[in-house]
Amino acid sequence: MSFISYLINGISLGSVYAIIALGYTMVYGIAKMLNFAHGDVIMIGAYVALTSMTGMGLPPAAAVLAAVVFCTALGMLIERVAYKPLRNAASPLAVLITAIGVSYLLQNTALLFFGANTKTFASVVPIPPLTLAGGELTISGETIMTIAACIIIMIGLTLFVKKTKAGQAMLAVSEDKGAAQLMGINVNGTIALTFAIGSALAAIAGVLLCSAYPTLTPYTGAMPGIKAFVAAVFGGIGSIPGAMVGGILLGIIEIFGKAYISSQMADAIVFGVLIVVLLVRPAGIFGKNIQEKV
Amino acid sequence: MKMKAMNKTTKTNFITYLLVIVIYIVVQTLVMSGSMSSLMQGLLVPLCAYVILAVSLNLTVGILGELSLGHAGFMCVGAFSSAFFSKCMVDVIPSAGLRFFFALLIGAVTAGVFGILIGIPVLRLKGDYLAIVTLAFGEIIKNIVNIMFIGKDANGFHFSTKDAVSLGMEPDGVIIVNGPQGITGTPKDSTFTIGVILILITLFIVLNLIHSRSGRAIMAIRDNRIAAESVGINVTKYKMMAFSVSAALAGVAGVIYAHNLATLTAQPKNFGYNMSIMILVFVVLGGIGNIRGSIIAAIVLTLLPELLRGLSDYRMLIYAIVLIVMMLYNWSPKAIQWRKKYLYFLKFKVEEEV
Repeated sequence: MSFISYLINGISLGSVYAIIALGYTMVYGIAKMLNFAHGDVIMIGAYVALTSMTGMGLPPAAAVLAAVVFCTALGMLIERVAYKPLRNAASPLAVLITAIGVSYLLQNTALLFFGANTKTFASVVPIPPLTLAGGELTISGETIMTIAACIIIMIGLTLFVKKTKAGQAMLAVSEDKGAAQLMGINVNGTIALTFAIGSALAAIAGVLLCSAYPTLTPYTGAMPGIKAFVAAVFGGIGSIPGAMVGGILLGIIEIFGKAYISSQMADAIVFGVLIVVLLVRPAGIFGKNIQEKV
Repeated sequence: MKMKAMNKTTKTNFITYLLVIVIYIVVQTLVMSGSMSSLMQGLLVPLCAYVILAVSLNLTVGILGELSLGHAGFMCVGAFSSAFFSKCMVDVIPSAGLRFFFALLIGAVTAGVFGILIGIPVLRLKGDYLAIVTLAFGEIIKNIVNIMFIGKDANGFHFSTKDAVSLGMEPDGVIIVNGPQGITGTPKDSTFTIGVILILITLFIVLNLIHSRSGRAIMAIRDNRIAAESVGINVTKYKMMAFSVSAALAGVAGVIYAHNLATLTAQPKNFGYNMSIMILVFVVLGGIGNIRGSIIAAIVLTLLPELLRGLSDYRMLIYAIVLIVMMLYNWSPKAIQWRKKYLYFLKFKVEEEV
């Protein structure tokens, strides 16, 4: 039974990674940049939800909504101020280093506002735990909620990209920015929209993550953020199903690593996966290999 | 014409060396005359380590054109391997100078070997991937060091990854590496003078590498890999050269750092992601590819928050803002245009100075 319970925990954690990885993979696919600050948007989202619940006494649903709205605005602001001016910079490192700076800025702003102390996050999930197999297997409400949210987001996003004009514009921009512009697509607007969606997903991921693991510090987002990037690479960067599969696989690997190998080495195992994937199949599970041409 | 170009390089290098020596003399005078607080004096040795780290990271970021976020990991390797050596040898080699020399070699070589080991898979990647893999590597190193237990008794070395008890040592055994508690009692062999000498040696290595044939090959790869490859430059070899030299120098910084502390532990603060970012801030503020700038930035950003006590709470915030503003100012096409239009009298060089 412990195996199944580890597996379910792994899928639950993996679902959070998948939601974060979706944000990474969409931004990477379209803006061709690694948004290092994505993990910290998660943390900000969780703080906003926490503050609106405990500080302003809003009901959980409203708190989640507040977090989503705040993070969407934050994501667009970051894109506008820090990333857009560097879009045509001579060195590809410029925007990457700026993103690291933004990540650092968010962490330290949160540190100033909320302090370094660990805050306890009250779960926003109203679902009671599910008991199966005569009490031997308990699935918490958070787990059910997380997995459900992940599936809904995944389906919604796939439909959005396939069926709507804005989604098609995203695909076009990720394929070829110049050609998309010539076809009359508003490239800057599409990139801003991508950041908005990614950040909204980050807020949801933050709330879910902190409901399942109820501690919150300014550094909460950094590690899941990096792991979610590993998941995105694992699944093939730029691919929506890839982010989902990569995230869930990574979550399972992490939980199994913690349970069966060593709890201190779990992070090292996750990063080891990244190195192996990049060596064996650099494009990831669902990725396409693109030859660089002169 | 060729002679003149040589002279210019020699002159620039000379100024860099001179800068370090002048700073050394000024600091020594301040220490002698007693006008430097003990807090500041305590910062001098770490400062030497930071300067070396900044110079070595600039070799990777500025000259090779790849972003390494695992520099603290190489530093960690150098620190722990050398501290391990020094602690084992403290009775065998009584002379502090000789012991430190060997510790230095061991730290540099171990970090360099790790650089090659990591470099083989990593340098096939570029840009974002390379950054994230080096970051992952740094975290893995920190994790591994934290679960390592090594002890020594009459029967030789014992190794465990669980705890100190499971080493199964004789009663006279000594624990050398104690997992998360790290290495305690490393001899305090590094001094400010040694640090400055090592900075000069680092500068000598890096500046000579940059201005050699190999250095030009490395910069050619940075500017256009495909073009460099097509004129017959061995991309892997030169990338590896820059990366491993950079790693070895980070190891040297680790050796200095370790031999200044009574207890060496691998925490996020000293060998984690934050450290790598801090070094990156030095490099960016000093100017990517500008070695002299890295030195000055490392000194200013280390000492400034200590001098202005009120600012120390905001230190990290300032670092973050410095990073963003400098990148936007230096690299945004609009900012470059603006600078050309309004600040033409300052004669900006838009490209990196190399």
